[in-house]
Amino acid sequence: MFLRINPGAATVRLTFEDQDITATEGDSVAAALLAAGITHTRDTPVGDAPRAPFCLMGTCFDCLVEIDGTPNRQACLTPVRPGMRICRQRGARSP
Amino acid sequence: MTTQYDAIVIGAGPAGMAAGATLAQHGARTLLLDEQPSPGGQIYRTIEESTPAKLRTLGADYVRGLHLAHALRQSSLEYLTNAAVWNITAAGDVYASHAGRSRHVAAQHIILAIGAMERPVPVPGWTLPGVLTAGALQILLKSSGVVSTGVFLAGAGPLLYQLAYQYVAAGMPRLVILDMATRANTRASLLKIPAAPNLTSLHYLWKGFRFFERLARAGVPIYRNVSNLVIEGTDKVEAISFRHGNKEARLPAHTIGLHAGVIPNTHIPRALGCAMAWDEAQHCFRPATDKWGSSSHRNIHIAGDGAGIIGARASEHAGHLAALQILHLLERIDTATRDSLAAPHRRACAAHTAIRPFLDQRFAPPGEILRPADDVTVCRCEEITAGQIRDVARAGCQGPNQAKAYLRAGMGPCQGRVCGPVVTDLMAEVHQKSALEIGAYRTRPPFKPVTVGELAALD
Repeated sequence: MFLRINPGAATVRLTFEDQDITATEGDSVAAALLAAGITHTRDTPVGDAPRAPFCLMGTCFDCLVEIDGTPNRQACLTPVRPGMRICRQRGARSP
Repeated sequence: MTTQYDAIVIGAGPAGMAAGATLAQHGARTLLLDEQPSPGGQIYRTIEESTPAKLRTLGADYVRGLHLAHALRQSSLEYLTNAAVWNITAAGDVYASHAGRSRHVAAQHIILAIGAMERPVPVPGWTLPGVLTAGALQILLKSSGVVSTGVFLAGAGPLLYQLAYQYVAAGMPRLVILDMATRANTRASLLKIPAAPNLTSLHYLWKGFRFFERLARAGVPIYRNVSNLVIEGTDKVEAISFRHGNKEARLPAHTIGLHAGVIPNTHIPRALGCAMAWDEAQHCFRPATDKWGSSSHRNIHIAGDGAGIIGARASEHAGHLAALQILHLLERIDTATRDSLAAPHRRACAAHTAIRPFLDQRFAPPGEILRPADDVTVCRCEEITAGQIRDVARAGCQGPNQAKAYLRAGMGPCQGRVCGPVVTDLMAEVHQKSALEIGAYRTRPPFKPVTVGELAALD
């Protein structure tokens, strides 16, 4: 559960799993998702377990999401852009 | 056509900003590559986008980054932001992805100013959504002004207190500190306070004292001698339980910030085959470097926390020192000039690192973090537990690289960055060997995800 200390800044509109969310210019995708109350951004390939951004500095790769159709994007290193379509990365391996 | 530089600096934190500006100032053709949209590294993140309110919240140490960013902007170096470096060769080739396109550049000398990463904190439940590193929470605060509405900060390290102080300054006092530093280390650390502390050491001690004083005034609960930390929940964090002294506690929770100090980012130097050393006091590998930051490869230099944790201020001076040595090797300055320009930076480095032995001892990571219990996940990507690592070690697996073949440990998207230090420690424990004897994961490019299309489009 996160909130913004100065909520007045310019807003950028994007979607996560086809739901509209708003972010602030300068946010990383990971920060935008956390601030929007999204706690589940990826399913792991091995145990199908829910994950969310963890280190926010590009080390852990737990924030991998699909952005505008490209999977394996590091949400913590990708700045938000208006109209971005973000999807949960579903990692289950093919049988 | 590959663009050729005198020097390429990787990373725009304190060491990289300082090194880049010094190189360019003396006429070396320099390229600075950084993963972020603006300079600062992790410590001075988004320093240029600071309002007065933000500078007040983050404090005077953060403000220091302004002059480094200013010097960088004033200098003639080429500075490429949002650039993910995915390969470097010992010959001086650098491949970086920028705006969906990869480019190949090369230089006579490379400075890796790639800083630190957080030491992994494998405790039960650390993979649950709602658990972040304390560093991650600080990044959210610095970059986006995003704060948790109530957070447990657990582990061992000065960052826990600094972050708590910044939360209080931002008007968010709903936090609890769980200090896992052991009583023995706290006691032993007192003997490591310099007998005749310089002014800089006194400043650091005063800063720590001020954190404690402010947190006490804000009524932030601090539990000491915390052990047996367990994060509970099914799909996200629901509670945290722990021992403090000889009492047990279990409290509802939704956000946890874990921290056990920072360690050098060794992924790239290991891939380059730079000789590594084991730092006993900081319990981590670091690239072996000489007093200028040069690695075992004569054209690869490592400056700042990436060569061993020294902190932001000392890193800045280490950046200048590496740059001066490269200018000397490029024959742009003679030995006497190099040495006279280096002298003040050496003195400043020494002043800023005098307090390190105290900090390293006071906040040494406890055994339950370094060598977690069998049921704790170690490799977050491939979901492998400490017990599985111990089992294969007992079955004859000799080290981290063989563990990849046995278990796929370290073979997920993070490429072993996070589990690497833990796997080495667990192997060392089972085989009763030193970490240096056990070694670390071998790392390979690409260091970052890069599309096949980008590779195909390379010249």
